Amino acid sequence: MEALLKINNLSGGYHEKTIINDISLEIQSGDFTGIIGPNGSGKTTLLRLASRILKPKKGNIVFQGKDIASMRSKEFSKRVAFVQQDTLINFSFSVFEIVLLGRIPHLGRLDFETKEDIEIANSALRMTDTAKLKDKNINELSAGERQRVIIAKALAQEPVLLFLDEPTSHLDIAHQIQALDLLRKLNRANKLTIVMVLHDLNLASEYCNRVILFNEGRIFKEGTPHEVLTYQNIEAVYKTVVVVNNNPINSKPYVILVPKEK
Amino acid sequence: MKKKIFILLILLFISIILGLVSGSVAIPFTKLLLKENQPILILRALRVLTALIAGSGLAVSGIVLQAILRNSLAEPYLLGTSSGAGLGAVIAIIIGISGIYLPLAAFIGAVASIIIVYTLAKQNHKLSEQSLILSGVIVSVALSAIIVFLVSISGNEALHGLTWWLWGSLQVYNLKLLALITLIVSLGIAMIYFFSQDMNAISIGEEEALHLGIDVESVKKILILITSLITASLVCICGVIGFVGLMIPHMMRLVVGPNHKVLIPVTCIAAAIFMVLCDVISRTIFPPLEIPIGVITAILGAPTFIVLLKRSQRAK
Repeated sequence: MEALLKINNLSGGYHEKTIINDISLEIQSGDFTGIIGPNGSGKTTLLRLASRILKPKKGNIVFQGKDIASMRSKEFSKRVAFVQQDTLINFSFSVFEIVLLGRIPHLGRLDFETKEDIEIANSALRMTDTAKLKDKNINELSAGERQRVIIAKALAQEPVLLFLDEPTSHLDIAHQIQALDLLRKLNRANKLTIVMVLHDLNLASEYCNRVILFNEGRIFKEGTPHEVLTYQNIEAVYKTVVVVNNNPINSKPYVILVPKEK
Repeated sequence: MKKKIFILLILLFISIILGLVSGSVAIPFTKLLLKENQPILILRALRVLTALIAGSGLAVSGIVLQAILRNSLAEPYLLGTSSGAGLGAVIAIIIGISGIYLPLAAFIGAVASIIIVYTLAKQNHKLSEQSLILSGVIVSVALSAIIVFLVSISGNEALHGLTWWLWGSLQVYNLKLLALITLIVSLGIAMIYFFSQDMNAISIGEEEALHLGIDVESVKKILILITSLITASLVCICGVIGFVGLMIPHMMRLVVGPNHKVLIPVTCIAAAIFMVLCDVISRTIFPPLEIPIGVITAILGAPTFIVLLKRSQRAK
């Protein structure tokens, strides 16, 4: 079967600076992929290239058999959605209005949302457990609630592929688990393919079936959490001493940090 | 929502009637329709028309800049339009080509300053909101300084007439110009409405809008071009009228929310009402003298704005 997303010899970055260097990788339909690596290793740059925010300097990205550079913006946004680290909104949109914005790729310029669009937005709210917040002002929500609403907006786009850039970094542990459980549910029940940048190695180990470890703009190692999250790999990339055990509950790798100062 | 629009439309109707019957001499509506009063009726109708387009044009331009800069304190003159137009006018008066060329000079000044601001703010083919705001402020201050400099060294009597320019007036003196500008402003507003969905997306963030499939840079350029044309055109017939473009969008956002599909039409009507009423006050408060309309909008606007702001803070 052909990969859902195929990245071929991709290089890219900002202006003069190339951050990603000659990367090739494939994302299969139904994957829950975690991208990990030190700060500045190119994780976010890869997501920005794959979601057309940045243009590649070399190489290309093929989504469902089509080069994304040749796709029309709205065509692309109907199938690929993106959730940022934190979305701060200056205007007092209601939660429902924000989720309804996810329908924009499906609408013509002067179209008002149809009953169907409203139903899709409502079901995105139900899936993310935010239906009761529907009429609230987006700025009155907690960070965890806001992130779930932003995920609902992405779901209203009805994507087959969802990118997330450190979606849990501003959340407390309860909200982290809540958000990631939601993504797991969507991945399993709706066959939504997920590619997520994460800082927390243990969360990546817990939720992702594939992990890609980045180092200095290249892929250092990719595979299952067991293959990637070894102490050798992590120490080589992060230059930090760690111990990797097995999580007693699910026997997935569990990374323990070892401080230098005792 | 429909009820709110209906109420606004009734208020608009009432304010138009009020605008027609009042003036330095109040004439009841029935008498106004008599033949001998026709010139007065026409004159007042034109004033009301000017108020309508000035109000809606400025308020919608305000909405656009607020959305693309994601800053609810942006106003239509942010891009240096007012000081550019002022400088154009001053130069025209000093070199003695005022009269029919005055609006043209003001228009050129406004457009030139917008081009300077835009060029300064552009980096790597992108327009960042901070640099746009900053270069707008810098250019406005620099041009205002040149205006004051020219006024102080020239001693030209005609420059005393500049006050109305800097504080606005709805006096109509050129019918063709008014017709042309009415056309520009109405077409401009219609085109802006066409982009209301894009503005909704951009107002929550440029990257968010990109992820929703919107070509943010082109949309921003088109919208800036349209608002610049609207404000520059309005400046050359009615001078600088402050507060409308800032306050009415803000007030209407509190009433109907930030969705531009609703916000734009509602703001158009509300700003038209506000402008007609301000004009009525400016004509009737000290007859036969006329207070510059910008003074009225500021005196009425500032306290209303403060009350609304305080109330919305308390609601949070």
